[in-house]
Amino acid sequence: MLRLNILLVLAAVLCSLGVVTSQHKARKLFQLLEAEQERERKLEGEFRDFQIELSTWATATRIEKVAREKLKMRTPEAAHVLTATPSGGSAR
Amino acid sequence: MKGFRGTVAHRFTESPLLQLRLPAWRSRLIAVLILSSFAVLIGRAFYLQVLNNDFLQEKGESRYRRDIEISASRGRIADRHGDVLAISTPMKSIWAMPSDATLTPEQTRQLAALLETDPAQLARKLDTDKAFVFLRRQIPPMVADQVAALKLPGIGQDKEYRRFYPTGDMTAHMVGFTGVDDKGLEGVELAFHGQLLGQPGSRSVIKDRRGQIVEDVGSIKPPRDGKDIRLALDSKIQYVAYSHLKQAIAENNAKAGGIVVLDARTGEILALANWPTYNPNNREKLSGSQLRNRAVTDTFEPGSTLKPFTIALALDAGKVRFDTIINCAPGRLTIGSATIADAHPHGALTVAQVIQKSSNVGAAKIAATMPAQKMWQMFDDVGFGQIPRLGFPGEVSGRVRPWKSWRPIEQATMSYGHGISVSLIQLARAYSVFARDGDLVPLSLTRIDGAAAQGATVFSRQTARDVRAMLEMAVQTGGTAPKAQIPGYRVAGKTGTAHKLEGGRYARKYVSSFVGFAPVSDPRLIVAVMIDEPSSGKHYGGDVAAPVFASVMSNSLRTLGVAPDLPLVVAQSPKSPTVKAKL
Repeated sequence: MLRLNILLVLAAVLCSLGVVTSQHKARKLFQLLEAEQERERKLEGEFRDFQIELSTWATATRIEKVAREKLKMRTPEAAHVLTATPSGGSAR
Repeated sequence: MKGFRGTVAHRFTESPLLQLRLPAWRSRLIAVLILSSFAVLIGRAFYLQVLNNDFLQEKGESRYRRDIEISASRGRIADRHGDVLAISTPMKSIWAMPSDATLTPEQTRQLAALLETDPAQLARKLDTDKAFVFLRRQIPPMVADQVAALKLPGIGQDKEYRRFYPTGDMTAHMVGFTGVDDKGLEGVELAFHGQLLGQPGSRSVIKDRRGQIVEDVGSIKPPRDGKDIRLALDSKIQYVAYSHLKQAIAENNAKAGGIVVLDARTGEILALANWPTYNPNNREKLSGSQLRNRAVTDTFEPGSTLKPFTIALALDAGKVRFDTIINCAPGRLTIGSATIADAHPHGALTVAQVIQKSSNVGAAKIAATMPAQKMWQMFDDVGFGQIPRLGFPGEVSGRVRPWKSWRPIEQATMSYGHGISVSLIQLARAYSVFARDGDLVPLSLTRIDGAAAQGATVFSRQTARDVRAMLEMAVQTGGTAPKAQIPGYRVAGKTGTAHKLEGGRYARKYVSSFVGFAPVSDPRLIVAVMIDEPSSGKHYGGDVAAPVFASVMSNSLRTLGVAPDLPLVVAQSPKSPTVKAKL
């Protein structure tokens, strides 16, 4: 009887220690998860900033300016245009 | 235990020495007192655990449990290719609880430097009786982190969003903008506010002494970000339309203007621009005239751009044919007490030439053959006098008065677009009956991915084709708008030059317009241009608006890769034989 009781007490102590440890572990992991989620939010914000930057760089006004001034591009004159027909060959 | 039991001869209570002679009620009284105090305890426990349970539970939880809102961002607005036109980015707002915020002068100086304000002004803001003040809203998250690192008492921060418009003034009227509280105030931001708006979620957490989240409790309500809107708008076409409109307004020293580009096949709005405009990213010093989305909210007397509708109605009713001769001499026509006149007098013209030369007299004579009710019905069928229902704020219906009150002179002037008012978008849409085979296409702000829409038929297929041929003549040599021609494509369109009404009289101020479509063999785009009060000498639609049409149309067709339907004339550049050799 006594031995059984001692055994049960021991089991109870071990279990409660286990609960404490796993609770601690769970909180540690939860904090990691929180940190990662925070990082995700940060990256999301950064992604949005990059999208803004991308579309600011890619505005038609800037593209035309660079194309005309830096790359010296221009619209071809009508005489320089060659149209490819689906049946093959070409037409002016 | 056995031995112990053996030695006991009798129980203590049976000992005669211990028999006390006490009245029996005393023990009973004690028992009752003890029991009743138990009853009190049970009652109290019942009160706390059952009756008052919720309140106490809440009190307990409030020591460690916090409800946190998870913010949701507003949806993006993109053009048909996915290029971003409006996007929200997370920002922080810095607030203070002045009663807790006791800062040293050094701390105040540091905070002011980060918030880019004057330290004295900041100190004044903190010196109030209010429980809560915003110190600065919409600052970049990086600056907010630096503020947080100062660990100042009574200073906190909140997450909020700021809306950016990368394309700025180019798409301002189309996209619109939002207020500080993320509410759509103009344009698509208002029209699609319900879909763009996100729904914030929430979660309950346990926080420890240091304010760190330790555990989630209860269920998490996830945030729902706003839906992204994919507009029909094509950024490249919008840029072409906007920049050419701006240039034309500067060249003609005009007051205002608008341009609309529609896809004739689907009714999608590919471009919509107005001048004057504004930068939605910086809305200080905004005036009402800049904000107005003229193409949608302003009506004007369209002038001759309405003639094709009169002619089409007469063709449809069988009153005239393509080559019926109308006598337009001597360039004037008197109806009642009023006289209408042509800008240039003509003699006998065919119906097609009435369009080509834009004869007011011819149009009025043709209109006189038809009952007023039929004309009104036709105007109604092509959408004049009706709100376009795009969802834009301040959309107008224009003015088409009820036919019962029309006098003969009014019917005559309406046949060439006076005494009736329309918005530019209505006019562009109405021309879809000619660009298509007689049906009016419904407009769409958003990209259409399914089958192209079919509208209600207004004119017969043959009528639409006849009018298309007449409109093509109008831009050819001998017409009113040879400047609308584009190399490589067949173009059709009609000019409009209307006097402006000022205080009930027609002033010497004009609205020049041009509406047309191309390529005529299989119309793809409809472009409508309106220039308000050109004042540098030229005022005819063919001189002011037609060149804008031509450059916007040719660039847009090239952008879309539409195959030319006219052979390109090579002979016109004899100076470059080397190129010819290469070809």
